[in-house]
This record gives sequence, C-alpha cells and structure tokens, in this order.
Amino acid sequence: MCGVAGYFNLRALTEPSLCLLERMIWPVRHRGPDGFGFFQDKLCGLAHARLSIIDLNGGWQPICNEDKSVWVIFNGEIYNYIELREQLARQGHRFATNSDTEVLVHLYEEKGADFVQDLNGQFAIALYDIREQSLLLARDRMGIRPLFYTLHQGRCFFGSEIKSIFSADPTLPRRIDPRILQDIFTFWSPVAADTIFEGVLQVQPGHTMLIDRQGVGNQHRYWDINYHAPFADSPEEELAEELRALLIDAVRLRLRADVPVGAYLSGGLDSSAITSLIRHYTTNPLKTFSVAFDDAVYDERHEQARVTEYLKTDHDQVICSNETIAEAFPRVIYHTETPILRTAPTPLYLLSALVRQHSYKVVLTGEGADEILGGYDLFKEAKVRAFIGNQPNSVCRSMLLKRLYPYLALSPTRSVSYARQFFATDANPKEELFFGHQPRWKNGQFLSRFLSEDSRTPGYSPLAKVTASLTEQLEGICFFTRAQYVEAKLLLANYLLSSQGDRVAMAHSVEGRFPFLDHRIVEFAARLPVRFKMRGLNEKYLLKKAMRGLLPQEILDRKKQPYMAPDIRSFFGAATPQYVDHLLSPARLRQSGLFNVDMVTNLVEKCRCKPRQGVRENMALVGILSTQSLHEQFIDNWRVELPSTLPNTRRTIR
Amino acid sequence: MQTNEEKIRAFILNNFLFDANEGALANDASFLEQGIIDSTGVLELVEWLEEAFAIKIEDEELIPENLDSVDRLAQFIGKKTS
Repeated sequence: MCGVAGYFNLRALTEPSLCLLERMIWPVRHRGPDGFGFFQDKLCGLAHARLSIIDLNGGWQPICNEDKSVWVIFNGEIYNYIELREQLARQGHRFATNSDTEVLVHLYEEKGADFVQDLNGQFAIALYDIREQSLLLARDRMGIRPLFYTLHQGRCFFGSEIKSIFSADPTLPRRIDPRILQDIFTFWSPVAADTIFEGVLQVQPGHTMLIDRQGVGNQHRYWDINYHAPFADSPEEELAEELRALLIDAVRLRLRADVPVGAYLSGGLDSSAITSLIRHYTTNPLKTFSVAFDDAVYDERHEQARVTEYLKTDHDQVICSNETIAEAFPRVIYHTETPILRTAPTPLYLLSALVRQHSYKVVLTGEGADEILGGYDLFKEAKVRAFIGNQPNSVCRSMLLKRLYPYLALSPTRSVSYARQFFATDANPKEELFFGHQPRWKNGQFLSRFLSEDSRTPGYSPLAKVTASLTEQLEGICFFTRAQYVEAKLLLANYLLSSQGDRVAMAHSVEGRFPFLDHRIVEFAARLPVRFKMRGLNEKYLLKKAMRGLLPQEILDRKKQPYMAPDIRSFFGAATPQYVDHLLSPARLRQSGLFNVDMVTNLVEKCRCKPRQGVRENMALVGILSTQSLHEQFIDNWRVELPSTLPNTRRTIR
Repeated sequence: MQTNEEKIRAFILNNFLFDANEGALANDASFLEQGIIDSTGVLELVEWLEEAFAIKIEDEELIPENLDSVDRLAQFIGKKTS
C-alpha cells in the first residue's frame, strides 16, 4: 500500500526535474512512509511512496520489465500475484523481485491494457510504456484505491490524493465547484468522475484511461456489476455453501502479507463474519480493533465483547468522546479532501491511529457486505414502501413503517400518516428509476437551500446528472437491485471506501482489505435472486445462513445497527471548539462565499440551543462545517510544502 | 399582538427555513411537497404547537390535512383554541 503521483507531458517535452516529483509525493508520505522511488524522462514522471507489506526488501517501485521499456507504480495489492507470476514465468518472463508489483509489467506485455481483467485486488496503477509513449491509469473494480488527475497547461498531473496535484504547480486553480457541492448534499458523494474541486477528476472504479501525445482518452469501463444473469433455481443450501467457500478463499488471499494482519470488529454481522473466518480457516494470530463511544446510543462494546470472547481474539479499542471527534475533525477533512455530511469517518481515523500504535499495517474489514448482499435499511424501506404502495389504503401495511428505524430516538415513523407521505409510498417502484433513494435524496433539497445566491447554478439538477450517469445500467432490473447498484456506485465507492475508508486509514499508514469486495463474491452476489438477500425484512439472509455455526446465534439474529457517530452533539455539547465558531462565523462564511450567511447563522444558533436535532439539521451542519474547513485548508491557507530529505530514496532518470 | 398566523410563520421560517425573508414562505405551500419539513420536523412542530398554544394534539390529529401549510395550521389552531 502506498501513494502514487506523477505527470505526463501532452505537448512540450521537459527536462526531468526531480524537484517536481518530490514536491508531489511529499504531501502523501502518510500513505507510504517506508521509502520513495522516482522515474523520469522527458515525457513522463512517476513518484512512489512505499508502505512495505509484500517482499519487504525487493518490492521497491517504480518497477520495470526486462528491457526497461515499461515502468509502473501502483498503490494497492494484487492478491493473486503468486498464481499470475507462475503463469507468466511459464510464458518466459523473467522476474527480478518477489513483489506483486512486478507481475503488472509482465502481464501488460502479454495483454496490453486488458491486463487489469486478470487482477484480483485493490489497486490504482500508473503504467508508462516508453515505446508507445503512453501512460495508462487504472483503478480497481469497486474503487477501493483512489486515483485523481487534472489537465493543466499541456500536462496531465495525477496522484492518489488531490494534495499531490495541488502541490505540482502553484498556478493550478483550486476552486470548489458549487454544483458538485449540491451533488454531495444530495447523494453524499460526487457522481461519476467528478470531485469537489473544479477541473480535478477521478479515474472511476472499474475504469482505465489512456494518455498519450494525442491527449487524454475517454475513461474505458473494463468491468461492472452485472445483475442481468440471476441464478436459476439453485437450492439455498448449495448457494450458502458456495458463498462460504468464496468468502474463505477471499479471506485467505487477503491474509497474504509479509507483515501481521489484524481485523476491524464493529460487533455487527459483517466484520464478525470476517473475523470468524480468519479464526476458523487460517492459522493467523488474531488481533482485533474496535471503535467504542462514550455515548451509549452509538456504542457497541457489549456486542464486540461477545464476539471477541467467542473467537478468543486479542482485542483493543479506541473510545471516542464528543470532544475527541470534534478535535480530530479538521484533520479528517484534510484527508477526505471532500465535504462530508456525517462525522462517522472521524472515529475510523482515530481507530487507524490505534492500529498504527500497535505496529499493524493491514486490517481486514466487513465493508461491502451491506451493498452486495442486501443489508441496508434503505433496501428494507424500499421493500416496505413498495408493499404499502400495492394496497395504499391498508392500515396494517402502513404499520410496517413502524418497524423501520427503531434505533432513531426522533423516529419519523411515529406519525404514520406523515411517514407515508414522507416515504413516498405512492411512488411506483417499477417506473421510478431511483425509487429506493427518493426519500434520502429529498434531503438534498433542504441542504442546498443553505447555498448562497452566487453559488447557485440556474437550472442545475443533481438528479438529472445521476440519471444520465446511471440509467443505462439500471434498465431491466427490479427496484431492489437498482438501489443496490446505486448504493455501490455512489455511497460505497465515493464515500464509504474513500472518506470513511482509504483516506482515514491511510492517514495513519494503515491498509484496509475487504473480502466481501473480492470481485468473485460481488459477481456471485449480483446473480442472487432478491429473496436470498432480503427474506421478508430479514437482511443478508444468505450470509446469515452461510455463517451458521461460525458465530454466536445472538450475533446472527441481532437487529442491524448502522454505524454512526454523534454529529451536531460533537461540536455543540459541553464546549464548542474555537475553530468551529471561527469557520462558521459570518466573516469566514463571507470569505468562502459558498453559503447564505444568515441562514447558516440561524442554523448554528438552533444547534447551539439544542444540540439534539433531526437528521437533516445534522447533515446540514456537518456538511457546511466540513466544506468551510476544506475551503480554509485547500484554498485560503494552502501552502506547498517543500520536502525535507526523503528517506530510502531510489531514482531513475533517463 | 401577533396573530396565530404570524406566530406560525415566524416559527417555520426560523426553525425550518432558517430564513428571515418573509418571501421565502407562501401560506399555502405544502411543507412536505416543498421539503420544508421532514417527518422528524413534524414532531418538532407538534412539540412547539403544544407549548406555544397550550393545547394537546391527539395522535389521530397528526395528519397533513391539519398540519401541512401555514393556512392549514392556522385553521387547525383556531379550531383547537376556540
């Protein structure tokens, strides 16, 4: 796991300048503090910051092929590198190292840009082909590892984080795009290749992009989730057995590392399942890490203890108070590089610090199970809404809404009559493309109202953008599966795996690995009929069946508790940190120009008087505060740091 | 002395629209359709109504016909307090 950065000259060739590459890799040294590597010629520059996990002595990057005509840097892991290596060696390729990186150049020689199809892993790759004078950027199927780029004055700059791009050239514009802010306020994340910064794009999950002297090519989708080939009449027992076998193999592959591997444990089904599989099917010593909260509403220590006792793990936890969350929040925004609507990434940032203190670099987690195997309340809600919609006058059916969200103190379902309207139970699940997401996305309308006059774009519609981006893939599948696809493309890829995943883990040089997101499991799950995902309102039905006997029954039967952290209450509890008052002051709000000063001031007053607020107010406050913090750190106070001496450095200049 | 309607308007503007601009709220605008109130907000509204007008609102009165616009609210409160 590592950080990558670099550039490609689209027009004029330039004399190699290490200074530029060093400046770009320096701000992501948290991703790879163990050493640095550089390659440069007149056309292209590659920089790499290394976190040593596999082949501790030999795995330095950039790595080249036998005749030094292909060079690669990459961030991530290729889990099937041993199998690929054997096959490539049989085909006559000579290997100079034992690293997973080296298979990339040889596989590319065999297959060209299509080589990504053969990879099982999580990766962001930059591969420079000297003969072709081209640079290939590639990203893993689900979007586990980040990769950003921009075009500026005849050059393409790219990197694992936007910081690297902004450090490349002081004349690069750094502006928040208010349209994308509206997207984030609606969907929790940008759509497709967008980022919050104008002109900075991401290579999308499951895509490659070729850059050559002709310019930057279109992003090419090499993989997608396919819901169009469901299993026909497979017996339940067989499918559960197959899921278990796939999960065991995905876990086994993800324990491949030359350093010890730990696991995150939330106390819920998914992380408990992964921990249990490590315990039962490998000989790996088992170290687990958890987030705990002072506030009992969010705390799951009891459930965590139940699993750690059952599986006899060596367990540690970080206890988060409202104050620690508020205190760390601006540093979290420095790493997420995008506005967020919940503080939930912050405890995970504190957790990765704990993992690092224990000298662990790698953790397995249960991320992804809810999306692919049908765990979210949003799916449940969609089913209930569709069910009520079939018989709109049935009082009994409406009562089902009360079964949703029992964990929310201010439950919207206490008023059935309102809940029915709010949850749009009269919408048609067949016709409404985003039936499942309608209620959630409604909040975007509310949040966008806080935008200033200047940051409104007349006629701009986030919904029109997401419709254009996703419609093709959503045709011909049912509302439940459509909601799954949307969740995988927006929330999972652009929020859970990034703001709440890669970015907060890598902030402390910790690599997350996600067995549920092994593409073989994603493909298997996409073929499951809905009844195996949610039976009635019983979520992740097949997973529970596959895990029977491997976890305590109370964990298998436990009602799902979504992972959340205190939002407004973190900032407006006993004391409000100075920076919060500062960032939300009329002067700072006027400085960023993004928000309506009076409205935000009213919201802040409301939060101050009563920190216990509804869902929308919580999202608005965290969204505005994070945007203000982002603006301050990346626009107003942005300074390019000049690197001090880089340790363990290797350079190649041609 | 503020009328009921003025009191209601001020509460909705400050508390849900965060906006002192009178033009931001039409008296017949549906709170739900315009996204002014979500169902969490309904509880907040009811809490306030009970306190501000010293009334008790029954579960069966929690329907959009009574509560979903300034006009409807003013009418409902008028009936409750008469």
